[in-house]
Amino acid sequence: MPILPLHYMFLSLTLFCIGIMGVLIRRNAIIIFMCVELMLNAVNLLMVAFSKMYVDAGAQVFVFFIMVVAAAEVAVGLAVIVMMYRKVHSVDVNILNRLKH
Amino acid sequence: MGIYDIAFWILTVIAIGCALGVILSRNPINSVLFLIATFFAISGHYLLLNAQFLAIVNIIVYAGAIMVLFLFVIMLMNLNADVEPQKGRLVQLAGVVSGGALLLVLLAALRTAKYPTLESTPNEIGLIQNLGEVLFTQYVLPFEISSVLFLSAMIGAIVIGKKEDSTHSA
Repeated sequence: MPILPLHYMFLSLTLFCIGIMGVLIRRNAIIIFMCVELMLNAVNLLMVAFSKMYVDAGAQVFVFFIMVVAAAEVAVGLAVIVMMYRKVHSVDVNILNRLKH
Repeated sequence: MGIYDIAFWILTVIAIGCALGVILSRNPINSVLFLIATFFAISGHYLLLNAQFLAIVNIIVYAGAIMVLFLFVIMLMNLNADVEPQKGRLVQLAGVVSGGALLLVLLAALRTAKYPTLESTPNEIGLIQNLGEVLFTQYVLPFEISSVLFLSAMIGAIVIGKKEDSTHSA
């Protein structure tokens, strides 16, 4: 059975939905953040598959930009989490559900 | 079944299994390690798709930099104990059902779509020379803007993470 574009699409959708489930079922803010990274990577994989499908380098450049945005997001997000931990000594999102305490 | 197909299926099983490990393992350190394994599997997929440069960048940036940052933060907070409280069974079930329903809907929508076939011949578009040419001719403005984004993210992280001045916080 040859590998079709559909296989890559199914793989990346599965990874994306696993990321969504992780965001919904976990309470640790850092794990939720890691699941967001997983979703970004699923999108990257789909982009690369499209790049191969249409023989176009633009999609790979976009993957590059997604990586840039993810790196910036991680830097700021982890700073926010560390700050929250310093204030309330927890990274549980059920405790952090109020913007002000 | 050629070597390409075998590699595809092995990498797919590794990627999905390790992604499940990320969301199911109790210890955050294990989650980070599973996520690193997932990123390596995805890099393998990039190699299969003739995106050699992206495969290397994925390992360096994601597995090397971002995940080490996560590991640092987890160790800084001493979270590697299995004390994380769980959400209620009902909430977990609802999360799994809604994620699975989204997956089913998307799969059903895409199942009958028409695609061009994957080019089986190796091409040169994933090499750094070609990508660099595209990046610095067609996409030079987004490239510059992303550098500004990086600068602002760096400043933001420093400002947020800075310890508060003790004279004001008392």
